[in-house]
This record gives sequence, structure tokens and C-alpha cells, in this order.
Amino acid sequence: MKELGIEQLLGLDKFEVDDGQAHIVLDKAVCASCGAKPCTWACPARLYVLKDGEISFDYAGCLECGTCRAVCPHGDRAVTWNHPRGGFGVLFRYG
Amino acid sequence: MAEEKFDALIVGAGPAGSTAAYLMAKAGLEVLLVERGPAPGSKNMFGGRMYGHALNRIIPGFWEEAPVERPVTRETITFLDGEKSVSLNCRDTAWGRPPYHSFTLLRAEFDAWLASRAEEEGAILATGIRVDEPLLRDGKVAGIAAGDDEILADVVVAADGVNSLLAQKAGLCTMFAPRQVGTGVKQVIALPPDVIDSRFQVDAGDGAVHMFVGDCTEGLPGGGFLYTNKNTVSLGVVVGVAALAQSELPMSRVLEGFKAGPHVAPLIEGGEVVEYSAHLVPEAGLGMLPRLFGDGMLVTGDAAGLVVNLGYVIRGMDFAIASGAAAAETVIAAKAAGDFSAQGLSGYEKSLQDGFVLRDLEAYRLAPRFMENERLYTTYPKLAAGLASKLFEVDGRPSVHLLSKVMGTLKDDHVSWWNLAMDGWKGGRHL
Repeated sequence: MKELGIEQLLGLDKFEVDDGQAHIVLDKAVCASCGAKPCTWACPARLYVLKDGEISFDYAGCLECGTCRAVCPHGDRAVTWNHPRGGFGVLFRYG
Repeated sequence: MAEEKFDALIVGAGPAGSTAAYLMAKAGLEVLLVERGPAPGSKNMFGGRMYGHALNRIIPGFWEEAPVERPVTRETITFLDGEKSVSLNCRDTAWGRPPYHSFTLLRAEFDAWLASRAEEEGAILATGIRVDEPLLRDGKVAGIAAGDDEILADVVVAADGVNSLLAQKAGLCTMFAPRQVGTGVKQVIALPPDVIDSRFQVDAGDGAVHMFVGDCTEGLPGGGFLYTNKNTVSLGVVVGVAALAQSELPMSRVLEGFKAGPHVAPLIEGGEVVEYSAHLVPEAGLGMLPRLFGDGMLVTGDAAGLVVNLGYVIRGMDFAIASGAAAAETVIAAKAAGDFSAQGLSGYEKSLQDGFVLRDLEAYRLAPRFMENERLYTTYPKLAAGLASKLFEVDGRPSVHLLSKVMGTLKDDHVSWWNLAMDGWKGGRHL
């Protein structure tokens, strides 16, 4: 089987993206001060990307697992984590 | 006008929540089952298998109507080390007959079915609603707030999964530590049913479960899994979050590496990936048990961390279902007594103790600590695979007897006899 990149993997899933509200919000100042930045590899959807030394995060492809919140060395100070609003987010067809 | 108030408000239409709703509604209680997904099951995923005993007690013969995939009749554990592997393979065809032992299943369909059973008994299902916080009155949980709405109930059941913001906001549990959870990622891969039957050597329609330990997680604590469904297989890996934090290994790529490995690739050859998903797994057992009840609230299933992972047996759904049933039993009794205080709900913990949930978590209380031992994921899979390979190898060199082969491999792999003996002893006692 061919190796699949993260865009291809997320492309298989169905999302109802909430354009009005991000369910995960980062404190960029705390993230900038973070040395390890484990979110950049631990997030199964690879939504935390380092760009010019700054973490950029796109909530649109979130699989809602909570790994970022669990792995973050700064916890709630850096990641304000919530579930997407009702009806929005990833929709597993198999699960 | 008097405010409308439910007897029970259940947050999360997964196995714990829907079981609780089903039993409470059946007993005549007014139940509201709230689900944040547009349909029950749309937010839920797991590895792939439910042990059937818990649900069979509640809905006898559930497999006649429930959307289960395959009854599991073959169990395999494989230790991986590069090109080598060695497997323990067990088949019991009796598991393929009623009352069956366990079923593979897919949660989108299964959870929707279980919620529909609760609805049939009279529970009201409200989908697409995210509960924001518990509603506190006089220090007691009196309902929930969702957006601008407030909904009142005598008791709120937190069945909202491993990331239970509800139980955390009610002060019944705290945020877990990285070492208490694992991250699981999974791909659902489509294959024709007859290919699954023959490739996994099961009778038509029967299922196989395959666990993997070793370099599938690149040596990190965790493992790989494969569950055969009707016309798909669920393939994935779980890695402890504390180790993942140190690893710099992207989870999605760990799974791709596992898929491409020489021992897995032939199993999924020709398949087509149809979904990618991820979830946290509570792995600390009693070590992460919250306060199970408070004034006006109970915590069930993954929200309470009710999971046992022994490597060869991983249980979550049967605990979730049994905890939902215990919650229902408790709430029905509390309603009869008119007491929804923590005191009035304290029977929940006893019910979990009298049943198997807390008894089994207690029995395996030291397993999570044992499973943190990194030798289980590095040294021992390498040792087992290497030893097996030597056992079968003939190369014309002078013959070596079994004992010398074992001793030689232990020496070559720098395995300490003391560690091996101690780990073996502990494993035997704790798993």
C-alpha cells in the first residue's frame, strides 16, 4: 500500500467545519516560550505547525482526540481546549 | 409556570450514556440523553472489539439486532523486531457461537443503534448539543448549561468520554497527566469479506483480533492492533502520551510505518483506506479514578477512566456499559428515595464494586505501572523474535542445543537475568 500523507488521510474524513468559532485557542505568547513544542508531532492530525518560529494551528481538521491538551507542557495556560459546538467538527462514518 | 425538570440528564450517547438512558427510561424515568454530535456515534471511535457479557445481561441476545461486525474466534499476539516476528496464536471456535465471547464493531453504527434502543424505551435524545457546564444550585449539580439554554434535572450523568470537561468542571475529576493516557490512531481499511476470511483464517463471517508489540511503536510504550470487521479491518497504534511527548515521532507516521512493515503489509495488501481517526485511551485504571459521584452527579465509562489494558486484553466498552447500568440502578433507587445528594447516590460505587467493574480495576491495579516498563516494548519483543528465528534456522554450522540458543540470545541481546526474572514475576502477578 502506498504511504499516505496527513493531507490524504484527513481528506478521507468528513468534517462539518464551524467557521464561526475555533474550539481550540492557543496563547501564542506561552507557545512562543515553549521549548519542546510536542504538539508539533503528537497531534495525530498534524495541525500544529511551526512557521517562522511560531506555532500555527488550524482547527479545521481536528480529530477531537485531546492529545494536544494532554501533551502540552503548559497545559491550560497555553491551550484553551473545548469540544466543537454542537453538530460541528469531525463526523466519523465508521469509528 | 413551573420549570420543566427531567429525572435524569445524561451527557453523551456512547455505550455508558445510552445504557444508562435505556435502563432508566425502561423503569419509567423521564430521561434526556444529550449528544454533541449530529448523530450518536459520529464522535466516537475505539480500537475495535467489545466483550459481549455486559450488554448481554442488559439486552439478552443483542447480537440478533445490534450492528456488530464479526464474532472473534482467533486471537493473535505478535512480537516484532525488524524482519523477524513471533506470534502466539489462539483459536476457539466456541467463541463463534451464542452467547459469543466478543465482537468487532464500528462505533458510528453501533452507538447509533444503542441510543435508538434508549429512545424506544422513552428516553428523549437531543443531538447536536454541546453541554458547556454543569448548572450548580446551592452547591449541587442541578442540570446543565448549553449555549443560552439551561436544562434542569435531579441528576446529571457524565458519560462524555475521556475528555470529560463536565466531570472536571463539576470538580469530580482533575485533568489527567500525560502518563495516564495513550493516544490511539486508526485507519479503517476496506477489504472484501472473503479475503478477510481466508487471510485471517477464520470461518466465513468470524473475526480475528491481532495485537502487535515491539517496533510497531518504534520502541515506545504501546502497541499495534488489527480488528477484522465485515468488509473492513481496523488497524492502528496506541502510544503512551508521556513517551510520545519525548519522542518527536509524528503519530500519523508511526501508523504508516506500522502498515508498511513486513509483518503487517501482507495482511492489508490490496485494501483501501476509508477513514482516519484518533482518540485518547485512559490507561491508569484506579490511578485515575475520579470521585464517582457527587451531589446530583455520577461519572461513567471513559469519563471515569474505566479501562483495563493488559496488552493481550483491552477492555473499555464492557466497563462503560456496566457503569451505565450501575448508574441507572442508582438513579432509580435515588428517585424512589427522593434523595439525589451525594449520600443518596453513594450506592453507585457499591454497585460498581459488587459488579465486575471496580473489582477488575482493583485486581489489575498494578498493571498500568507494570506496562510502563520500556523493556516490554524493546528488549523482550527483540528477544522473543530473535530466539524464535534461531529455533527454526538451519545453516550448516555446528548444531547448538536449545538451552545454549536461549543463553546465547540472552547474552547477545544484553538481557539481564535479574530483570527478566523480576519482570516475568511481576507480569505474572499484575497482568
